Amino acid sequence: MASTRTGASAGTEQTSTPEGGAQIPRRALVLGGNRIPFARAGGPYAHASNQDMLTAALDGLVARYGLQGERIGTVAAGAVLKHSRDFNLTREAVLGSALSDETPAFDMQQACATGLETVVSLSNKIRLGQLDSAIAGGVDTTSDAPIAVSDRLRRALLDLSRAKTLPQKLAAAASIRPKDLAPDAPRTNEPRTGLSMGEHQAITTAQWGITREAQDEIAHASHINLAAAYEAGFFDDLVTPFRGLTRDANLRPDTTLEKLAKLRPTFGLGLDAEPTMTAGNSTPLSDGASTVLLGSDEWAAAHDLTPLASIVDAESGAVDFVHGVDGLLMAAVFAVPRLLDRNGLTLADFDYVEIHEAFAATVLTTLAAWEDEEFCRTRLGLDSAFGKVERSRLNVHGSSLAAGHPFAATGGRIVATISKELARRKAEQGTDEPVRALISICAAGGLGLTAILEAA
Amino acid sequence: MSTDTYLNLVNSGVTKKIAKQLGLPRPAPLRRFRPGQPLVAGPVLVLGTGPDADAVAHLLSGTSLDDTGLESGWDLDVRRTAAPDERHAAIVLVLTEVTHPDQLAEPMLAAASVLKGLAPGARIVTVSRPATAEDGPAQAAARQGIDGVLRSLAKELRAGATANGVVVADGVPVTAPSALGALRFFLSTRSAFVDGQLLRVDSEAGSLPADWDRPLAGRVAVVTGAARGIGASIAKTLARDGATVVAVDVPAAGEQLAAVANAVRGTALQLDVTAEDAGQKILEHATTRHGRLDIVVHNAGITRDKLLANMTPEKWAPVLAVNVAAPLRINEALIESGDFTDAPRIIGLASTSGIAGNRGQTNYAASKGGVIGMVRATAPLLTAFGGTANAVAPGFIETEMTARIPALTRQVARRLNSLQQGGQPVDVAETVAFLASPQAGGVLGQTLRVCGQNMVGQ
Repeated sequence: MASTRTGASAGTEQTSTPEGGAQIPRRALVLGGNRIPFARAGGPYAHASNQDMLTAALDGLVARYGLQGERIGTVAAGAVLKHSRDFNLTREAVLGSALSDETPAFDMQQACATGLETVVSLSNKIRLGQLDSAIAGGVDTTSDAPIAVSDRLRRALLDLSRAKTLPQKLAAAASIRPKDLAPDAPRTNEPRTGLSMGEHQAITTAQWGITREAQDEIAHASHINLAAAYEAGFFDDLVTPFRGLTRDANLRPDTTLEKLAKLRPTFGLGLDAEPTMTAGNSTPLSDGASTVLLGSDEWAAAHDLTPLASIVDAESGAVDFVHGVDGLLMAAVFAVPRLLDRNGLTLADFDYVEIHEAFAATVLTTLAAWEDEEFCRTRLGLDSAFGKVERSRLNVHGSSLAAGHPFAATGGRIVATISKELARRKAEQGTDEPVRALISICAAGGLGLTAILEAA
Repeated sequence: MSTDTYLNLVNSGVTKKIAKQLGLPRPAPLRRFRPGQPLVAGPVLVLGTGPDADAVAHLLSGTSLDDTGLESGWDLDVRRTAAPDERHAAIVLVLTEVTHPDQLAEPMLAAASVLKGLAPGARIVTVSRPATAEDGPAQAAARQGIDGVLRSLAKELRAGATANGVVVADGVPVTAPSALGALRFFLSTRSAFVDGQLLRVDSEAGSLPADWDRPLAGRVAVVTGAARGIGASIAKTLARDGATVVAVDVPAAGEQLAAVANAVRGTALQLDVTAEDAGQKILEHATTRHGRLDIVVHNAGITRDKLLANMTPEKWAPVLAVNVAAPLRINEALIESGDFTDAPRIIGLASTSGIAGNRGQTNYAASKGGVIGMVRATAPLLTAFGGTANAVAPGFIETEMTARIPALTRQVARRLNSLQQGGQPVDVAETVAFLASPQAGGVLGQTLRVCGQNMVGQ
């Protein structure tokens, strides 16, 4: 199926719609978005729960698009760090929002790809006609993270609750040791390697010989671009303030390469190579939430909403970072060539490329891999280097290094931001020539999710 | 919003008795509008002679349910002769035919005979003609005399009663939509904090609403500065009256703005009104989302108080930019667009400071006086489309802003009006809603005070 589509669409102007024998699905459109400003962990949202933040992001979206009392087809969102009591987080947020209480919802979780996966899944339902409208979202708090009790304490307490006789109860209680009382804070370390994401990236960074300067340049551009977008009012209809915060708290509009160069490395200190990753070129722990309004052409027209972009296609990937040679955050490097091949596109066909800045080095290793002929031949199975991404098209309004990265909220931030930019460019261009964006998001567990958006 | 503890004390329990014995000012709790409320709760005495008085009496007493529809009447219990033992809820003095000051005695003394028995929160409304240089001297004297008597009477009333006047231009019938609209507004609880004011009706333009409780049905209204205080109240009141509301405020106020937009089932537009293209953005939002734009309320405003001797450009410029330059630029964009032509309404927010002046507020008064001039000159640009521009001038209103005034100053400020209390944001909002209504089309370029008849200024 994929190969016939590739053959049919390659070389044509209109490559956005998969062409095949089957009935062509309808378009799934991004109609708008809303997020709350992202805060640094322990900052202004320190006492806001995931539910508080997701509800606020939803309510801002409802207010912007006049969706009060509207029965949306489905709301899907998720969080990476989640309390067990939040098993129905998204539905609870919907019930607390201004949307109709008859709006269904479900939770989703795919590490940092959560937000983008909700967009992809819901857009597929729209394309199939199962939904006319949907809201995708994501939220995360590292400030209000769940703290668990130790496994030994948990087992002892469960035994105690099941104990019927006094001796049984005493035995259960007596099995508790003082050290069992220490709480288990959530960790973002990879369970199979015990290494943090930063340490994993540090290995990949060294492997690809990415320099400190190159990383600091990425970080600097992220802050400058995000600040410029705020100054131009670009986020006026993408962000709604929350708890007194009106802009992303991590944003440093006055940062300079000199300031970034002074920071001490924080990751890769135990490696042979010189450590290059600092707090400045790595994303901080963040709190925040984002939402994206999706719909069909008909639903958009019926609600007087102007479509911004359509979700063309998506591809996920995973790498064997435990045993293999690929870095933890390199899955998108493999997914994008498959995605583009299926759609008959090359990197040069994209006006915008959004690569989530988990670390500046993640972006740079991704770009380096695509430019490396040897790697592309042997690992990606291509005839030559996959291609080069022009820096002027990369993360044009800043990305996670400046905005912060509340894990599950990042996908929604990127989709809404680039959709608005696509619509703006298309209007400015004034022709039917397609305007496209490529999104690439890496995630824990060696996962990656990528997608193609096109101006509607 | 601050609470008027004094008002509560003098209206309940033992403190009420003490206040009465000491002869302290005793402000009355004001009745505010609720949909479905009777227009006037009690008998209405219509005084005056001639066809205009008869027409008004006929309209007030006519049933609203017969097959000729609304215009047949407001179903009130109308009396034409003063009965001193009757407890009247309203007195309407139709004085359009006076030609000499001598003729004021009869209606005024008839009104006097029932004043002591007025119901709490009663309404007195005069309907008269403006005194102009074209009138004969005696007629002008009589007409201007009504202005004086009305403003004095308003100061004598107690228990939340108010007195206001409708001044109908020569040649415009007293049954013109705006004359009736203003009369009804003054009779209703919507005008609870409007007192001692005379509102001019200059044309027959405007139309009576199909439903007096939802006069703005089908209309799309933009309210700037809608996130908090008076702006939020205006958004809610316009929505209650049937309008679809676009709530506008600066991006930094987005959180409260979203809450207001969701409460009124409208849309939130985060926008700095001083932006060069604010008018275009407002129009684009309203027309793409809601199909049209009919009403713009320029409520966004700021203060940067400083004595002129200590004034700096940083304190002067932003006040003028937000309060008057932005409304001017937005109005211009809307009028030029050609999409603001279906009986449009522009409502500016002036201030008693812009009328009477206020120490430390030269910049603010310049901007608010500016708004008064702006609507006066903007109304004529809109009359061709059945449109108009007017302003409201709030006095002391209980908001977060006035809550920051030092306690003693605040207490004094509250009592400096005939109703001896501060107004509520909704009082300003009700007046804005009236000026936004179809029945206000003949009110051209006026500034209506919402100040409880503040002692300062006109």
